[in-house]
Amino acid sequence: MAMTRKKRRMILIGIGAAFLASASLLVGVGMRDSIVFFLSPTEITERAPGPDQRLRVGGLVEEGSVAPMDGGGVRFAVSDGATVQVVEFAGILPDLFAEGQGVIAEGRMRDGLFVASEVLAKHDEKYMPREVEAALKEQGVYRMPSEDGDGRAVAEPGTGG
Amino acid sequence: MIAELGHFALILALMASLAQAVAPLIGAQMRWADWMRVGEPAAGLAFVLTLASFAALTTAFVTSDFSVALVASNSHSAKPMLYKVSGVWGNHEGSLLLWVLILTLYGALIAGLGGNLPQALKARTLAVQGAIGAAFLAFLLFTSNPFLRLPNPPLDGNDLNPLLQDPGLAFHPPFLYLGYVGLSTAFSFAVAALIEGRVDAAWARWVRPWALAAWMFLTVGIALGSYWAYYELGWGGWWFWDPVENASFMPWLAAAALLHCAIVVEKRDTLKSWTILLAIIGFSLSLLGTFIVRSGLLTSVHAFASDPTRGVFILAILVVAVGGSLALFAWRAPKLSPGGVFAMSSRESFLVANNLLLSVACAVVLLGTMMPLIREAWDGGRISVGAPFFDLAFTPFMVALAVVLPVGAMIPWKRGKIGRTLRRLWPAAALAFAVAALVWALQTGRSALAPVGIALAIWIIGGAVIELGARVGRGGLGRLARLPRADWGKAMAHCGLGLTIFGIAALSAWESEAIRALRPGATVETGGYAFRFDSVAPLAGPNYSAERGTFTVFKGDAEIGVLSPEKRFFPVQRTTTSEAAIDSGLLRDLYVVLGDRQEADPSAYAVRIYVKPFANWIWIGALVMALGGLMSLTDRRYRVGAAARRAPSAAPVAAE
Repeated sequence: MAMTRKKRRMILIGIGAAFLASASLLVGVGMRDSIVFFLSPTEITERAPGPDQRLRVGGLVEEGSVAPMDGGGVRFAVSDGATVQVVEFAGILPDLFAEGQGVIAEGRMRDGLFVASEVLAKHDEKYMPREVEAALKEQGVYRMPSEDGDGRAVAEPGTGG
Repeated sequence: MIAELGHFALILALMASLAQAVAPLIGAQMRWADWMRVGEPAAGLAFVLTLASFAALTTAFVTSDFSVALVASNSHSAKPMLYKVSGVWGNHEGSLLLWVLILTLYGALIAGLGGNLPQALKARTLAVQGAIGAAFLAFLLFTSNPFLRLPNPPLDGNDLNPLLQDPGLAFHPPFLYLGYVGLSTAFSFAVAALIEGRVDAAWARWVRPWALAAWMFLTVGIALGSYWAYYELGWGGWWFWDPVENASFMPWLAAAALLHCAIVVEKRDTLKSWTILLAIIGFSLSLLGTFIVRSGLLTSVHAFASDPTRGVFILAILVVAVGGSLALFAWRAPKLSPGGVFAMSSRESFLVANNLLLSVACAVVLLGTMMPLIREAWDGGRISVGAPFFDLAFTPFMVALAVVLPVGAMIPWKRGKIGRTLRRLWPAAALAFAVAALVWALQTGRSALAPVGIALAIWIIGGAVIELGARVGRGGLGRLARLPRADWGKAMAHCGLGLTIFGIAALSAWESEAIRALRPGATVETGGYAFRFDSVAPLAGPNYSAERGTFTVFKGDAEIGVLSPEKRFFPVQRTTTSEAAIDSGLLRDLYVVLGDRQEADPSAYAVRIYVKPFANWIWIGALVMALGGLMSLTDRRYRVGAAARRAPSAAPVAAE
């Protein structure tokens, strides 16, 4: 039997509300657990995040800081011009990772060391990750990229990784 | 000279679009037939002029005219011809010109194919389409003129970003824009219907082919983009939840919802306001996507330029279009006549469920995409929202959609019995459970992802087959061949979704990778295959130099083949790209990337090896979906001229 329009509408609204409620729940949980904060080395020093929080740290790779670790992996320092954060990474560094260039590492803090599970480097000569650019500007050490500086052709492998 | 002609044509196109936007609208309001008729030639003229302008820019690229600033900064004389042509839209200005070209193309198509539309509706639709065109032509001319000359032309150009020097660039953006911008037609029809205050089954039958075409192109465009990212970015991912991917995915979800609810309007003359709202939302999401890409507000692989004036201009277009149409909706929608009633267990209700699920999923994607912006404005915190969020918050709705899909596709209109429909579907359900159990048993200890995904895929595909069988009844093969194309299209599109779900689940659950520093001669085993790194040799390309690695792949003792990934260095842009070597197959892809020479051990290279089971099914599924759309589009009911003659009740009730 066909229901009255009013009753049908109420049921519809009920189902819609249920979907929306479950969506907000999932979004809420997702926003709590699966987003990643970006901090500059200075902000890491200031806020001292715990080992439970997944983070991204970004800046320039300090000149002369890249060194292989005993037993594999590599250690390097990320700088925002004011503060330096040492990063450990057990994997293979991405192509285009280089000293003096922009980099983003994702991982957790452990005893003052940033243990990265993933390292993202820029993908061409002109690109500076937006977060890194902002972090450098905050410390007043940002220089426009050498050439025409229009920041075009942005590409960063692993943005969503 | 040619560049100036192109510029001039663009200015004239703006004039034609303005005429198209204003005259038919006034004509329709005042019932002046001659004013209404202005829309058609104006739309045709706007398209021809934009095409001329586009041809002029293409000529500048093909002849490497470096006195044009855009060519100088995005092309190079040594670049292969394919990339000189596709390079036209491999930059901000050119891609926007392509955008406008496709917009005016759709306007001209409405003018040309909509022969039997009521005159006033057609005039208003063309006017809205013209207004959008005028806004974007103004945007192009005032902030992003592609024809600017350089006072001192360089001897050679700056070259195209090497990542874009790929056949993918030739096809991905045009298809994507055909989809993206195609939603403007549904938007124009919706706004015109709101101005007119009348939405009926005939309106739905006019608008549905346009929405279907847009959805189909969008499906192909997204699939091409995903495949391109898979083989070009060199780390084997096929979907990154990147803001720009989301920007094309949200209109796709909205268009999918729109397709389904337009069926309800067409068959049952109900859910009209919702359909109008979806048409508005679909194109608004396209505009939002354009804004995201063009403003550079969000970090993305696709951002060409971050220029605040451009962002503000598009934001203004976005606010006027979205705000204006939603205000019009709020004002006029209550006046639309309510439609017929239907029971809770009916095709209509299931299509409503489909729409709710798709819209909620779309809202989740929107929230995830915009959250970094919102958060930064809120307390300055910089966050990134990636795959973990979307896996958690988006996937459940797609699973729910897949669960209800076969039932909704089969249950009768108006009033049905879920139990009876389920009884007809039991073979599909039984098969799905059986295979899922088998898979679960075979892959002990791994995630439930693969069994669940495979069960859903079999459930959807089996349901589509059973439905086709029920259609045919005892009529046999002859009857099957005579089924309306729309029925075939529906079954194909649903099967395509099943294939894609299967591919995603199998790939995500079973892929394996090995990322190592390797010396030539070393062997790596992963995913049941052994990869022997034989050698690295230099190689010279047309506008790059390369190192090519050679890998021999073994399965057990048998040699499967040789893979030769390359690492290319482009001197003009001083950029390196990785060309992955992929041995592609229906059952698995073998994927090898040659990375940098290691500083710690100069004889070793970073090597990434992936074994990706069933990867191709993801894109095959998308293509099957699009083919289903195409099949539906060729159905007699949607042919030009069919719409006006048929009364709404005369349509075969169960077909769509």
